[in-house]
Amino acid sequence: MITVLYALLYYVAFIVFAAGVAYRVWGYWKTPAPAVIPTTPAPVTRTGVVWRMFKEVAFFESLWKSNKWIWIFAMMFHLSLWLILIRHARYFVQPVPTLITLAQPFGKYAGIFFVLGGLGLFARRILVSRVRYISSPSDYLMLLMFILIGFSGLMMTFVNKPDVVGVKAFFLGLMTFNWQPLPTDFGVLVHLGLVALFLIIFPFSKLVHAPGVFFSPTRNMVDNPREKFHPVPWLPSIDEVVYDEPPGKK
Amino acid sequence: MAEEEKVVEELTTQEALTDPLYVPEPVDGAAAHIKSFPAAPEFQEKLGYPGERPDNWQEVALNKMQDLRGKFRSFRLFLDICVKCGACTDKCHYFMGTADPKNMPVARADLIRSVYRRYFTLPGKWFPSLVGARELTEEVLDEWYTYYFQCSECRRCSVYCPYGIDTAEITMAAREILDSVGVGMKYTNEIIGKVYDIGNNLGLQAPALKATMEDLEEEIEEDTGVKVRIPVDEPADILLIPPSADFFAEPHIDGFIGYAKVFHAAGVKWTISTYASEAANFAMFIGSYENMRRIAQRIRREAIRLGVKRIIIGECGHAWRAAYQFLNTLAGPFDFLDPNYPVPQHICEFTWDLIQEGKLRFDKSQNDHLTLTFHDSCNVARASRMGKYPGGQFDIPRNIIKAVCNNYYDMPEDTIKEATLCCGGGGGLLTDDLMELRKKGGSPRMKALKQVTEEYGVNKMAAICAICKTQFSKIMPYNGYAMDDIMSVHQLVSNAIVLPGSEQEAELDGTADESGDSEQAKEDA
Repeated sequence: MITVLYALLYYVAFIVFAAGVAYRVWGYWKTPAPAVIPTTPAPVTRTGVVWRMFKEVAFFESLWKSNKWIWIFAMMFHLSLWLILIRHARYFVQPVPTLITLAQPFGKYAGIFFVLGGLGLFARRILVSRVRYISSPSDYLMLLMFILIGFSGLMMTFVNKPDVVGVKAFFLGLMTFNWQPLPTDFGVLVHLGLVALFLIIFPFSKLVHAPGVFFSPTRNMVDNPREKFHPVPWLPSIDEVVYDEPPGKK
Repeated sequence: MAEEEKVVEELTTQEALTDPLYVPEPVDGAAAHIKSFPAAPEFQEKLGYPGERPDNWQEVALNKMQDLRGKFRSFRLFLDICVKCGACTDKCHYFMGTADPKNMPVARADLIRSVYRRYFTLPGKWFPSLVGARELTEEVLDEWYTYYFQCSECRRCSVYCPYGIDTAEITMAAREILDSVGVGMKYTNEIIGKVYDIGNNLGLQAPALKATMEDLEEEIEEDTGVKVRIPVDEPADILLIPPSADFFAEPHIDGFIGYAKVFHAAGVKWTISTYASEAANFAMFIGSYENMRRIAQRIRREAIRLGVKRIIIGECGHAWRAAYQFLNTLAGPFDFLDPNYPVPQHICEFTWDLIQEGKLRFDKSQNDHLTLTFHDSCNVARASRMGKYPGGQFDIPRNIIKAVCNNYYDMPEDTIKEATLCCGGGGGLLTDDLMELRKKGGSPRMKALKQVTEEYGVNKMAAICAICKTQFSKIMPYNGYAMDDIMSVHQLVSNAIVLPGSEQEAELDGTADESGDSEQAKEDA
């Protein structure tokens, strides 16, 4: 019963996630950025833009300039997330590639920093009056979701180890449409339930900042409005415009 | 009132009065009473907007929002991806100056984001209170009008946002939506109408403009003994588009005299146009590309009519953004101009090139009574460039100042260049009905200036923006400075330049052989 429920949940979650993100990204892709509006310091070459974007997504350069506390917590949170994701890849491939095996210990301890980073961001939301002012219930709940995902994961890693072989069999089964029973361990159910929730709300929430940042016109544009002609797509050609007459000729 | 006391208390501590980047505790509604005058129907209609608010205004506003979502990736993306991290919350000079939390960039964007969520996203339709979504009501519209006219579109928040979310883009979209339901701002919209009718923001008619230029020619001749021409509407190689404030406001006009002297010394054929006598494209402030183009294309028309090879823009911040980022895009391509020069070019680029080529001669001692600093105008700093490399917009004006002045000091590093603080009057807010906001918004810059005054004895601040100059000449007297302690960069150039055949040249060359400090003089000899 639980196996069927979670199997269906994950099919739905995956479809919502994939289709939702694709829909969002497609929307950003097709919407014009009609003027060249990069923010200083704006690179003048494509390579420069790639480098700028790399620094932005890998090191949160702008955030570093802005606020060291948010930067530290955000870095802890996101870097750990990467390591955790790499480590979790082992549940979806058989045999496990060497690189993923090597990442295993890092991924395990990254969980601690993930939760700490999440707690730090949560604390800021409550303690800093400016951030409290701009926070909606969903902002707290999303952080709480991440903290609980991390915490339940840590519990399973370090305290109460479930049948991870069974969990892996379940996911491999989902992928090959050859369903296997899901170990009904409490930690597993909480952890996987919340991850499914994460996948479902991702495309509808601020979490789309992850793919979204790559489309940000103030960060991804080459600073060349004088050198290159970028016509505004929805305006008629300049040859068709009607000029205002000088005063007296009206 | 308790709220008012709280604001006063928050903004008058020793630290609040001296630290340029002092961050107050938010006091809700602290700036809610600051409102600009709305535009009269005739001014709305001239710009293609309804004169009055239609009965179905909600529907019209939401349709406009949908329309803008399809036209501007910035607007669409920025409404979606903000994670409310708080990085921008202490970056806006209007928040620093008023303590009103709705002047925090993220909160300002949320005024419209909350409505966007309610009508355009599933979570907002299903769980509005969970995600901070709200209906578009009369109060919301009123709040939009209040707070989207407390943003100077300076982009300081965008520099610090991890996703580059630019409140200027949100504010422009919000103002466009407001205009689409007949709720416009008097100052910006009346001015745009004047450009359509006459050719410049000040409504200066061609005969008056010509007479003013003749007066200036006489003034220059009196000062230097040289006949410097200021051609108006003549065929030429260079079309100069200054902000119209340069024609008669102080200290703008002293900068304009500087341009004229530089053009004269360079020996180029230049002209201004009465039809396109405005660089400061106010349609940018209200986010209307249609209106922005209608102003920009006047420049194109004149460039063709007068047969020029280059277009040069005068000292003005938003104008430089409008020119740098939008002129080519909206009124281009300019393939009929000389491809060896960027279109458009900034007057500072022009002057700096000449200085580097050794074509201008200066007597720096003429500025020795001044100790200067430079105010980076927001849109020059964060929305444009000068020269060939990123950051040229910071170096070129400073290089020019240093070439003509001996005493120069920068303000604190975290208040200049890309981190520069707005003068407090940009983005269409330079109107007397917003004086309280202007004083408060300008206070961070004033505090930074005071620091260099105390430390280095700085007594003048130079700027290359018409709005900054007007704004500072108004607010500096409230801060212990004189009206004329704000100067044009080309005013400094004008003070120091030694025109060939001028009285200054004669005076200098009488002693040049003995002191031997003028290289140009040696070459001449």
